[in-house]
Amino acid sequence: MKKRAILSAFAVASMLALSACGGGGSDPLSGGGNDKGSAGSEVFIGSAEFTESQLIASIYSQALQAKGVKVKEQFNIGSREVYIAALKDGSIDLVPEYTGALLSYLDPKSTAATQESVNSELTSKLPDGLSMLTPSPAEDKDVVAVTKATAEKYQLKKLSDVAPHAGEMVLGAAAEWKTRQQGVIGLRDVYGINFKDFVTLDAGGTLTMAALTNGQIQAGNLFSTDPGLKSNDLVALDDDKSLFASENVVPVIKKAKENDTITKTLNDVSAKLTTDDLITMNAEAGTGTNLADIAKKWLAGAGINGS
Amino acid sequence: MAAADGDVVNIFGWLTDPANWSGSDGIPTQIGYHLLYSAMALLVALAIAVPLGIVIGYTGRGEAVVAGSANALRALPSLGLLVLLFLVISPVVTGQLVYVLPTIVVLVLLAVPPILTGTYAGIQNADPDAVGAARGMGYTKRQILVRVQLPCALPLLLSGVRGATLQIISTATIAAYLGLQGLGRFILDGRAQANFSQMAGGAILVAVLALLLEFGFAALGSLVVSPGLRRSTKNVPSSPATITATA
Repeated sequence: MKKRAILSAFAVASMLALSACGGGGSDPLSGGGNDKGSAGSEVFIGSAEFTESQLIASIYSQALQAKGVKVKEQFNIGSREVYIAALKDGSIDLVPEYTGALLSYLDPKSTAATQESVNSELTSKLPDGLSMLTPSPAEDKDVVAVTKATAEKYQLKKLSDVAPHAGEMVLGAAAEWKTRQQGVIGLRDVYGINFKDFVTLDAGGTLTMAALTNGQIQAGNLFSTDPGLKSNDLVALDDDKSLFASENVVPVIKKAKENDTITKTLNDVSAKLTTDDLITMNAEAGTGTNLADIAKKWLAGAGINGS
Repeated sequence: MAAADGDVVNIFGWLTDPANWSGSDGIPTQIGYHLLYSAMALLVALAIAVPLGIVIGYTGRGEAVVAGSANALRALPSLGLLVLLFLVISPVVTGQLVYVLPTIVVLVLLAVPPILTGTYAGIQNADPDAVGAARGMGYTKRQILVRVQLPCALPLLLSGVRGATLQIISTATIAAYLGLQGLGRFILDGRAQANFSQMAGGAILVAVLALLLEFGFAALGSLVVSPGLRRSTKNVPSSPATITATA
């Protein structure tokens, strides 16, 4: 009898423990109970799930700490769908963003592509309670890249140079490019480029990179901060008619957390960060170097920690 | 493809839209490509697995090693292998071959184990009475193999080929991952372009194609397998697999 009583007590206890797990685990971001990010004095810094976003978030974090701002890092949250929601409900206060991608998330119908139009549209479309600081010149946008040999052969510097030679070139990109305005359609309509053929590969990934460097394709869709652009001697053609939306790095912050120190520090960071810096840091991250160390090194080089 | 209206998933509409049934990227063309890649892979797999299976089944040697490693190959993730092969051969191979070769290799690796197993198991399980009778009638070893053991092995061999074909048909969709054609095109492009009716339509077409081939093999089996093997005439059904395989 006694044994059975103990057993059932154990069963009840484990059931309680299980249900407690379910309740607590539903929202990992609500860490400190109801005490959400915005409530305290700390600035909760979030980031998307990919390396570059974490790098920039780490730079923000260390720059702010150097100015005596209390921060808490909540990196690697997930996709835009997840961290924008976290920003709205106050689980995080600050996140590095890309202007064009954020705009098309907030307004999928937007056709803005130039830096000015993207920035002004984005400012008006940000959800209530959020604001964006000054965008950095650093950009992680879609580029059409060619090898140095191809660029020299056809004298290519910008996308408008491509049209006369496109009949001899095969383009490789992800499947969505086939039907996208910011892809094959726009290249045809805006630049008059009709490639000889289109090969479906991946979005700026290993397949496109390998096919481009090995000559299976003559032009490929890569991203402007890909370290492979430098290490493989590729030329990212200048988007001189602004087909691809600009994707400047920009801090998006909860309005309630904004103050002069934070604004000035982050704007300093943005002003000094360049696309080349991102390429270099991505390459370092690719070798397995700790992201916080890479961020620290950049801050020291930019002279932001010193003051 | 006109059938995609925003978020509405209209699979039936996509499948019945005449626009999707014509042109160089229409359904018939893609089914053609799908069957082409599949047939190429199946032929290569047959050329490897059947002779090897005969040798193993006839000599009884190497079964553990060959069958073991063939089955281990089955565990390789197809997509990972595809990308790896592409990265390895892209510096040295030119033309369309750089996309076709990895695809065929991946499919062949999937198809070899079932055919190999079916062949040697069929030969090993050939009715000992029939083999003994043939020997008694003065057949040479070669004659026994060709006239008795191989026909007896046919049901199992065919069921191996059937399994391999289903594997190939369902996996040939990965050809699209390397920019090739085939029904995988609808699935991959549909996902990338958020055209989910196209994506589901492509998946359904793959399933239908697999089913049709399955029926085709059942019919083929009843044509080529000796009637004596299809009936359970023996008192002791020593090889139940033989019976089910032809059912």
